[in-house]
Amino acid sequence: MSAPTTTTASSLRRRTDRFGYVFIAPAAICFLAFLAVPIVYALYVSFRREQVVGLGPGAGGRTEVWAGLGNYAAVLADSEFLASALRALVYGLVLVPTMLGLALLFALLLDSRRARLRRLARIAIFLPYAVPAVISSLLWGFLYLPGTSPFHFLAEAVGGGLPDVLSPQLVLLAIANIGIWGGTGFNMVVLYTSLRSVPSELYEAATLDGCSELQTAVRIKVPMILPSLIMTCVFSIIATLQVFAEPMLLRPLTNSISTTWSPLMKIYRDAFTENDIYTASAGSVLVALATFVISFGFLRLVRSQAFAQEER
Amino acid sequence: MTSATPPRPSWRPSRRRLLQSGAGLGAAGLAGGALAGCGSASSSAPVELTFWTWAPGIEEVVALWNQQNPEVQVLVSRQDAGDAAVTKLLTAVRAGNGAPDVVQAEYQSITSLVAFDAIADIAEDLDPGTVEHFAEGIWSSVGIGDGGVYAIPQDTGPLQFYYREDVFEELGLSAPETWEEYAEAARVVHEADPSMYLGTFSSTDPGLFVGLAQQAGASWWQIDGERWKVEIDAEPTRRVAEFWGGLVEEGVISAEPMYTPQWNAALNDGTQIGWVSAAWAPGVLEGNAGSTAGSWRMSTIPQWEPGANSTGNWGGSATSVVVGSDHQAEAVRFAEWMNTSADGVLALVEHSGVFPADLANAETALEAPPEFFSHQSDFYEHSTDNADGVQPFTFGPNVNVTYSLFNDAFGAATRAATAAAFANAVTTVHEGTVADLENQGYDLA
Repeated sequence: MSAPTTTTASSLRRRTDRFGYVFIAPAAICFLAFLAVPIVYALYVSFRREQVVGLGPGAGGRTEVWAGLGNYAAVLADSEFLASALRALVYGLVLVPTMLGLALLFALLLDSRRARLRRLARIAIFLPYAVPAVISSLLWGFLYLPGTSPFHFLAEAVGGGLPDVLSPQLVLLAIANIGIWGGTGFNMVVLYTSLRSVPSELYEAATLDGCSELQTAVRIKVPMILPSLIMTCVFSIIATLQVFAEPMLLRPLTNSISTTWSPLMKIYRDAFTENDIYTASAGSVLVALATFVISFGFLRLVRSQAFAQEER
Repeated sequence: MTSATPPRPSWRPSRRRLLQSGAGLGAAGLAGGALAGCGSASSSAPVELTFWTWAPGIEEVVALWNQQNPEVQVLVSRQDAGDAAVTKLLTAVRAGNGAPDVVQAEYQSITSLVAFDAIADIAEDLDPGTVEHFAEGIWSSVGIGDGGVYAIPQDTGPLQFYYREDVFEELGLSAPETWEEYAEAARVVHEADPSMYLGTFSSTDPGLFVGLAQQAGASWWQIDGERWKVEIDAEPTRRVAEFWGGLVEEGVISAEPMYTPQWNAALNDGTQIGWVSAAWAPGVLEGNAGSTAGSWRMSTIPQWEPGANSTGNWGGSATSVVVGSDHQAEAVRFAEWMNTSADGVLALVEHSGVFPADLANAETALEAPPEFFSHQSDFYEHSTDNADGVQPFTFGPNVNVTYSLFNDAFGAATRAATAAAFANAVTTVHEGTVADLENQGYDLA
């Protein structure tokens, strides 16, 4: 009796296996077509270059040849690319701590026992995230330009003056401000949701032990949501490396932002202004590699602390 | 995007053509031999041409053609102006599908488009009379010196000087005839009111700077026999750069970019009271500075040599046929009608507000001044005289790179705000342009 049963079970398992492939097919096809293939193609293109044949113009005026690591060498030796990477780094150092600090602060305030109008406040803080970066950059552009800014108008009305935030010294902060404005709400919601899932017995115990609200926040809430904090941090770092829309849209308004202000702007210029998709692909691969290294490096660095609790 | 294919003769049916004929005739068409694709347009159905353009009101111009030519119907597909359109066209051509039949092309991008094999040589399909419609300088800019014709000129933008007549009268100024007088006027204006400027140096508008250099006698690219030659870092361009750098250093003109909300506000509230711009400026002023209607006046651009009549060109565009279009002959006929027929040119002036390149029809089409300058009845006569002074200028195959270099180099120079920094920026642009051509594999003279 036992033998047939086994056969049925194993054939059933085989059939389920086959169904499994059917079920993952849509996702797998999408992944292959829209992620894996383009990545492989970009890698391929990054090792190629185009060369003018003879006089250039017309049909057959160009031919594609192997470039080896030439494009990579060119990108890494390009002072504009390095300068843009440095700017992205400083931008990240400004943006990530400020944005996450604010998000954490708002989440803790909303979670505190004395919070009023929670739902309204949460929506109000989250709302900027729903505004596309293109729109918010244009809006902030109006607010930054001294000629159209109501802030400058008001300051002049009371006899004061405001610094021009689009000046070369401050423009990085102006760009970071747009990112902070747009990103704080999203991160706040992530942290707040994670705070709500902390078991309330913990707070009761803490209160019984005589913890103040502030002590609860610092000693219990923050450590409990550390994994979420780290996750939002990694996402923010990735977003930082990809800063593009804000400086791109502010650029025509000022002399302070070059066409290669951020790494992606440089890649965009290479690909679409200079029609050099080869160097642009090499640049993209390098940015992707940097993203991997920084994200995983950061995770490695903090993993022991963050997930120690869960493992315990 | 396909990678650059091995040399392919331009008459070979492109993938797009094969795809289209395949769709029309089904598998039988392919089985019957690819040659069938060449005659895919049957005689009964009207030919359809797709036209990429960004000219305002162009739909009404095209509607007139469609009405007069039921057998060749043109579909307008509206695009973003300038670089975005070039990028999109190159991408579509490389991809082998999605490219239109007819495109609007700015003069400075024609050489690049030819270099990337995106626009076709239409010399063979051209009516022999078409060339007669245009000034020599403009006609030369739709070829690349190889005898081919790659576009039919549509409009031009001769530079001239726009100023607030009321403010000038108040300050006892008259329209500057030389650049020296312009500088003097800039000082007077700024001294009279520190918030007021006669103009701005915009690091985001390389096209205007090229026009100014062109006026001074520069031609940034040249064809030397069979090779390209770059001549940006030469006397005329340096003279122009140092002149504007000097004014920025003195602080008597503004250094804020044009086409920003702030610049619009300044035109409107009377803190920008002059603009060196092209013949198409009235439309921009009307849109951006509506409240100043009736107080602007146009004069000839200030000259380097007193009494001369030389100017440059800013903007303007032509109509090209895309490589691989199934209906090149029809496309050329449409482009000729739009840009050289009495009906077409009049419609362009009326609906798109362009300053036409066609000399033969311009006079009747341009009888009335633009609405914003209705008080200056000889506006177009004057503009036509100015257009006579447009100096020759050759655009090379990497104008987009040069313009991008200009943005960055002159952005930095404007921040430094010294005449010396402006002169250095010219060198930076020159060196970057040469390096890019060499990197692409061009053999330079």
